[in-house]
Amino acid sequence: MAVVVELKNISKRFPGVVANRDVSMKVEGGSVHALVGENGAGKSTVMKILYGMQHPDSGEILVHGQPVSFKKPADAIAAGIGMVHQHFMLADNFTVLENVILGYEPTHRSVIDKDAARKKIIEMSNAYGLEVDPDVLVEELGVGQRQRVEILKVLYRGAKILIFDEPTAVLVPQEVDELFAALHGLRADGMTVIFISHKLDEVLRVADDVTVVRAGSTVAEVKASATTPKMLAELMVGSELPSPETQGSTRQDLVTLSLANVTVPSTSGARDLVSDVSFELHAGEIIGIAGVEGNGQSELIEAIIGLRNSTGSISFRGDSVEHLSVSGRRDLGIGFIPEDRQRQALLMASPLWENRILGHQRSKPVMNGFVIDKKATIADTASIMEEYDVRAPGPDTPAMALSGGNQQKFIVGREMRSEPLLLLAAHPTRGVDVGAQAAIWNELRSAREKGMAIVMVSADLEELIGMSDRLLVMLRGEVTAELDPKTTTPEMLGSAMTGAK
Amino acid sequence: MLTFVVFALSILRLVTGASDLTSIGTASSALLLSVPIVLAALGGLFSERAGVVNIGLEGMMILGAWGGGFFGVKYGPWAGLVGSIFCGLFGAAIHALATITFGVDHVVSGVAINIIAAGLARYLSTILYKGGSWLGPSQSPDVKSISLNGLPVLSGGEFFGWRSPDLLSKLGSKNWFLISDFANVLRGLTGDLSYITVLAIALVPISYFILWRTSFGLRLRSAGEAPVAAESLGVNVYAMKYAGVLISGALAGLGGGFLALVASNHYQENQTGGRGFIGLAAMLFGNWRPGGLLAGAGLFGFADALQLRDASAIHALLILIVLALLYVSFRDFRRSRRIVGSMNLAFAAFFTWFYMTYSELPGQLVTMTPYLATLIVLSMASQKLRAPAADGIPYRRGGLK
Amino acid sequence: MKRLLTSRISLALAAPVFAAIFGLGVSSLAVLATKKSPWDAFSLMWKYGIESASLMAAVNLATAYFIAAVAIALTFRAGLFNIGVEGQLRLGALVSAYFGAMFTLPPVLHVMAIMLIAMLVGGSWAAIAAYMKVKRGVSEVISTIMLNSISGGLAAYLLSKHFTVRVPGSNDLSTKILPKSGQFPDLMPMLNKIGIKNQPGGGVYGMLFIAIALGIGFWFLTNRTRFGFELRASGANPMAARVSGVNAKKMTVIALVGSGAIAGLAGLPTVLGDTHAYNLGFRSGIGFSAIAIALLGRNSAVGMAISALLFGFLEVASQTLDLINIAPETYIIMQGSILLSAVVAYEVVRRFQLTLHSEALAKVGDK
Repeated sequence: MAVVVELKNISKRFPGVVANRDVSMKVEGGSVHALVGENGAGKSTVMKILYGMQHPDSGEILVHGQPVSFKKPADAIAAGIGMVHQHFMLADNFTVLENVILGYEPTHRSVIDKDAARKKIIEMSNAYGLEVDPDVLVEELGVGQRQRVEILKVLYRGAKILIFDEPTAVLVPQEVDELFAALHGLRADGMTVIFISHKLDEVLRVADDVTVVRAGSTVAEVKASATTPKMLAELMVGSELPSPETQGSTRQDLVTLSLANVTVPSTSGARDLVSDVSFELHAGEIIGIAGVEGNGQSELIEAIIGLRNSTGSISFRGDSVEHLSVSGRRDLGIGFIPEDRQRQALLMASPLWENRILGHQRSKPVMNGFVIDKKATIADTASIMEEYDVRAPGPDTPAMALSGGNQQKFIVGREMRSEPLLLLAAHPTRGVDVGAQAAIWNELRSAREKGMAIVMVSADLEELIGMSDRLLVMLRGEVTAELDPKTTTPEMLGSAMTGAK
Repeated sequence: MLTFVVFALSILRLVTGASDLTSIGTASSALLLSVPIVLAALGGLFSERAGVVNIGLEGMMILGAWGGGFFGVKYGPWAGLVGSIFCGLFGAAIHALATITFGVDHVVSGVAINIIAAGLARYLSTILYKGGSWLGPSQSPDVKSISLNGLPVLSGGEFFGWRSPDLLSKLGSKNWFLISDFANVLRGLTGDLSYITVLAIALVPISYFILWRTSFGLRLRSAGEAPVAAESLGVNVYAMKYAGVLISGALAGLGGGFLALVASNHYQENQTGGRGFIGLAAMLFGNWRPGGLLAGAGLFGFADALQLRDASAIHALLILIVLALLYVSFRDFRRSRRIVGSMNLAFAAFFTWFYMTYSELPGQLVTMTPYLATLIVLSMASQKLRAPAADGIPYRRGGLK
Repeated sequence: MKRLLTSRISLALAAPVFAAIFGLGVSSLAVLATKKSPWDAFSLMWKYGIESASLMAAVNLATAYFIAAVAIALTFRAGLFNIGVEGQLRLGALVSAYFGAMFTLPPVLHVMAIMLIAMLVGGSWAAIAAYMKVKRGVSEVISTIMLNSISGGLAAYLLSKHFTVRVPGSNDLSTKILPKSGQFPDLMPMLNKIGIKNQPGGGVYGMLFIAIALGIGFWFLTNRTRFGFELRASGANPMAARVSGVNAKKMTVIALVGSGAIAGLAGLPTVLGDTHAYNLGFRSGIGFSAIAIALLGRNSAVGMAISALLFGFLEVASQTLDLINIAPETYIIMQGSILLSAVVAYEVVRRFQLTLHSEALAKVGDK
């Protein structure tokens, strides 16, 4: 089959980092081609270049054998290339129809022809089994459905080459099956699919060819039938993968956290966000909470730290804390690593040493009474940076200038510094590269040995299984299953998360 | 909703004898004064729907009023209106440049524009005064009026020299409860209108059509809801934002010109009197939609009109306020909110005492009416609002902040 | 050379220098447009402006501006906008002048009592906006602006109907003159000691000391205390501030009410140091110039002090332009263009600094 897309020696630098170095790739028409690599290896960047969202510093792109130069996404779209982003780019307050036609509206003398658009969308939806209602507001759709809107967006514009950026990151196993069925349908229709992922077993289920990227460069291009996940993993990392396995129990008798009938009501009259959750967590124990995004895990953690109102009882070391504010609970020794580091855990424009104060503005070493102890804070910040391998010029650097992984490392270090008795960790290694991930797991493990109790929410099933002493699954706000990590596989966990059994 | 309002006002008129509540003059003034508010509110709508907060509407209105006076004196009222649009555009261009291209915080830029516009108007007026063409440093010479007209048959409209009967006026002067009130209000709204007034009101459905039915409108709204998504689909987000801000400046400028040329016949310093902000409030009240915005502007225009006409009318409104407060405190007590309930009761008592003691509201306090009305309305309505998702966020290509 | 250009000091100065140049440029154009010479205008302003009397007048103006600007900056830092400073300072001055003339206390206490009343009034007026924001979600930008207009009517009403003592032989309305113990002595005796002679038209207001103390207090509070940190965090990232334990509603109320209280003081320099009463001639517009000064000074004590002095200087010095037939209102153009260009320049410099930081990261080898 003909090569429809060819990348030759693509290189791209950003201030401070080389994203792509001499990346080359050949994609055959009518195939599903996977691009794999670890977090930060440069896969997204090279695809953004193909889609016209970034410009390469050097190298060539050939589409159907012709050299092309895309200045903006519209150029790529015109060439028949469409991108389904990892982080959906949808306007919540618009309908599906409005989102799909934006920028490509069918008009009759400047007035939008909604009927024509609607017809076309329904046709395509039926052709590939996408099942979306054009007149629904996007904010009412679930994650899987939103992805289908994104797919419709590219199909509507006549894309024949579709790029998917980490499409299964937010899907449960059942939705992944549906997506792969749709991909096979597209391939059968002669479309070309390029698929970015770091989930190797999934990749091999659906791809025909695989290109491996490591540290910004292509290291291999293989046929899916000729390789295994383990081989791919080693190509991706260049060495053995570390695994987050916990050994032995360090659970103590003291109950650090006790939840009884905790319920977080919805503000808009819908079902409870968290419904009747109870569990006891001992010192020296890690409890993992698994669930598809949006099923109450985040709200549960926010209720425990005090950001959300809840009913039911929350006790910390025997004392009830429901009436305490966030600062009151933190003062007792509860630490919090929030889900969204940029929005919830950092002051992006402020230097790192000021960020050291955030969340700890009532304790030493940062504070001396009600006055900030600048010297001690800067010294402590520097020490965190060294201990957690935070790569930045110094404590003066604004948080904004650090990469996501380094920001996360700093945040983890900051929370651990105060030696909390209970740590609430939401996606603690999100965006962190493999080496640092292992380091953070080590820190958490040694803290656990010393008696810290940890509640961990994560989307990384291997992290949950490897780190937890106990596993809870949340679905629609309720705890629907408790699993023993020692005997749970990611597939079992995934099924439990979707309610299948 | 208009029916309900007229009904309530009619009852009040009966009870208090404040005939101005539903007079032709009041309704007419209310419409007249609603127009600058509507224009400002529409301006705010276009800008904020594109994601740019425009506090500077007041400043653009000031420039428009000044421009209306200046060009009106030189070349006549219609030129004045066109000139006012351009002056408003000038202010908007600065705001757009600062916020869109340079990423300055929207509110900061808006506040700066207000300060600068006021100063600029004062400066230019002084120059003209010193140069001899203007009579005072804060006022332009008079401009010829724009002619007025009304609906045929019902409101005494004049067409091709024939003066038609004025049925609504006749009905209104009969003083029949509710029917006459209605007639008066309708006459006020449809008679002696300038074409600009009609145009301004027509701009409301036109704006709806543009924003919700054309591709330009969809793209403009996308710049305010999900600019990153829009950009990824090839929409020129910067251009849309510029369009939104410039349109808002033109509309605000026109509103200022209206104040100078139609609502009065010269430019006067402080003519705008905060109407740019009231327009923003109307937009908020309307939840960023043209229909609600028109209702809000009508409400504020009415408050504005009352303030200018008859103090006894406002006096009568106090009864309405007392009743409203009584209702609210009753509801508070039902929900066991004793403290708030007592507070409202205390306010009701205060206003009742005030009503009994003073037969007429002092002039200075009457000027507060539109602003108080704005505050009260916003207090009640603010909780249910849903702004465009990316409103007020400085946007940079590539999705960076 | 590059190091010098990109050093912290250079960057800190870049924006104000650019603003000054731009401001001079635009004002020159404005003067040229009226067919006069900018050089004449500026040199006359300079000559007149640095005379002792002018400088003292400028400092007096700046005192009021600075206090009001500090009030605004307190809210700006928290991500709020208290545009209602004009109303707060007006009511503060009026009510405290009225009540202050009713009693007598020993001198220092009397003045302090008047200041306290002004702060209470200003704070209460701002509290209305704070309540509306916290309980009803009303944007404080609009509510404070509305309250401004309302306060205008309220002040006019109170002055004419209740608070006034008619001044014989004039159309002025005024509150009762404050007794000696309620007047803030000016600083001439001190200045005489360092060789500055008395001038006709009064001396430097004593409230200058209060302004300086306020500035120092503001700097300390925002930069060195926990409250200041939480204030700035609330402004920079409200969500993160909440997560870190800040009570957002409490912070809003404290910031707005505190701001109103400080604003209440801003009307006092003239009342305590000059007219010794509130009358129709009370200067309006301080609140709006103060917004410009807070923006220009980037909400920092030092920046605002310099900006306040600059604005005061420009206003006083331009009064002399009348002599060569140029509109004194030219200072408005100067202030306006400086404000606009400064606001833009700050943003541009900020983005540039960010790029510099990213490049510095490259040297460290980021992953």
